[in-house]
Amino acid sequence: MNPAPMTSATDAEIVQFDNVGLRYGSDREVLSDVSFTLYPGSFYFLTGASGAGKTSLLRLLYLAQRPSRGLIRMFGTDAITLPRERLPGFRRRLGVVFQDFRLVPHLSAFDNVALPLRVAGVPEKDLLKPVSDMLDWVQLSDRVHARPEQLSGGEQQRVAIARAVIGRPDLLVADEPTGNVDPDMAVKLLRLFEALNRLGTTVVVATHDVHLLKKVPESLIMRLDKGRLSDPTGALRYPPRRSGSGA
Amino acid sequence: MRMVQLPAFLQSAARLGMFGPDQAGGELVPGSRLSGPMSWVIGMMVALTVIALAAGLALGNVAQGASADLANGVTVQIIQANPEARQTEAERAAARLRATPGVASVRLVPQAEVERLIEPWLGDQSDGEDAIPVPALVDVLLTGSVDGETLGALRRSVREVAPSARVDAQSAWLRPVFAAIDALRWLAIIMVGLLASALAAAVILSVRTAMGLNRDTIEIVHLLGGTDVQIARLFQRSVAIKALTSGLVGFALGAGVVLLFASRFAELGAGLLSTASLGLGSWILLALVPVLGTGLAMLTARLTVLRALHRML
Repeated sequence: MNPAPMTSATDAEIVQFDNVGLRYGSDREVLSDVSFTLYPGSFYFLTGASGAGKTSLLRLLYLAQRPSRGLIRMFGTDAITLPRERLPGFRRRLGVVFQDFRLVPHLSAFDNVALPLRVAGVPEKDLLKPVSDMLDWVQLSDRVHARPEQLSGGEQQRVAIARAVIGRPDLLVADEPTGNVDPDMAVKLLRLFEALNRLGTTVVVATHDVHLLKKVPESLIMRLDKGRLSDPTGALRYPPRRSGSGA
Repeated sequence: MRMVQLPAFLQSAARLGMFGPDQAGGELVPGSRLSGPMSWVIGMMVALTVIALAAGLALGNVAQGASADLANGVTVQIIQANPEARQTEAERAAARLRATPGVASVRLVPQAEVERLIEPWLGDQSDGEDAIPVPALVDVLLTGSVDGETLGALRRSVREVAPSARVDAQSAWLRPVFAAIDALRWLAIIMVGLLASALAAAVILSVRTAMGLNRDTIEIVHLLGGTDVQIARLFQRSVAIKALTSGLVGFALGAGVVLLFASRFAELGAGLLSTASLGLGSWILLALVPVLGTGLAMLTARLTVLRALHRML
């Protein structure tokens, strides 16, 4: 856990959590005293056993949930007091791969991948090429018209990943993104995340697959244990070790 | 680290989707999930609204027509049991009225015509001894509308030559009828209001159900940066298509019923009812019902969705 005091967040910091706690209803806290800072261009793995709070932490990161206590700053702005009408602008800077994919069931693979662009107002004529290229890249060019129910688990996961990255987000949050794909595709997807990371996207991948961690040696590791964060690679130390400073 | 070749657009400087107006394309909310009873309810509401509004407009026309006909009319009754004296007073009254400024026409109604008018109620009154004395009538039309002052002046003037005269504005005879017509018009307006409320309630229920069924989709669109207005627009569009389609069917049904009733009343060809027909303006107003219904449904859908979304993060 990081007991160090937090510096004030700047625009250079993608995310800053300060003593964040989260509880659902009147249950015990699922996250307690979570403090960390994510910097642009860093690659983080979030690990922990099932029930450790990984998904809850990610929900806070992709602004699906407000914390019960503590402070969260995103892109230099207080995310706790952020008015609802400003949330969409922030969410468009995020890419999210959900553990259960959360594809829109009545839309084709193409339309699911195109969804973030359509929501952001990209004209239809400008959609075809990037969406087709993206589907081609995740080897689903022959499944563009298939709806989620017609896709295998692995194919659905690839559609979900394509949807998350197509807008080239500032922050990519992925919850067990390689859980349903074969090892070769898992590596390929990880390389996609790395490549995006090199383009400046901050990546947070939640996984319990320890083999995956070794495949990205530059990554920093955040470990959750019963809702509390530990820092095995010094990612959360103050001053934090930056990915670019030689991991 | 092994390098991978990214899709070219990902390597470009511009981020797709970061710019541009807020427009959600595609059919995010499946249209079929907004159907169910809403289409039927809207169709029926529009049909009933058209009928209620047509009734209100027709009654308005009746009132307006009758009012226009009677506004300038004055009736003088000579209530005198003696037939000779009655006739003499009637003729004097008519002569005085003809000489009065502001009087357009004066007609001394022939006694035979008066007796014919009351025959259905009192029987044949032409038969001498058993006949009930019937007042003589003078039908007067003024150049302007009748007000209290004019009526008072006429009354004084006529009574100077015909002491048995009773002078009344013709509109006064139909005042209870106008009051009844007015009440019926208000009833029609209240019915239109209630039907509009019922239509809105049907849309609220339908949209809430659709939102419940599409909750996951709505949440995903939200998490991808969709705004409340974008999501509301999707429901609005879906509701608009269904409301307009159902509304046009409802209008056709309502208009059919109105035309059927109109033909039945036209066959009666009786008095006030003959003025109850609907003109072009009334039909244009009726044709606006499905359009206004669609607008109301869209507005209701929008407000319902925005209110529901406001409770979500």
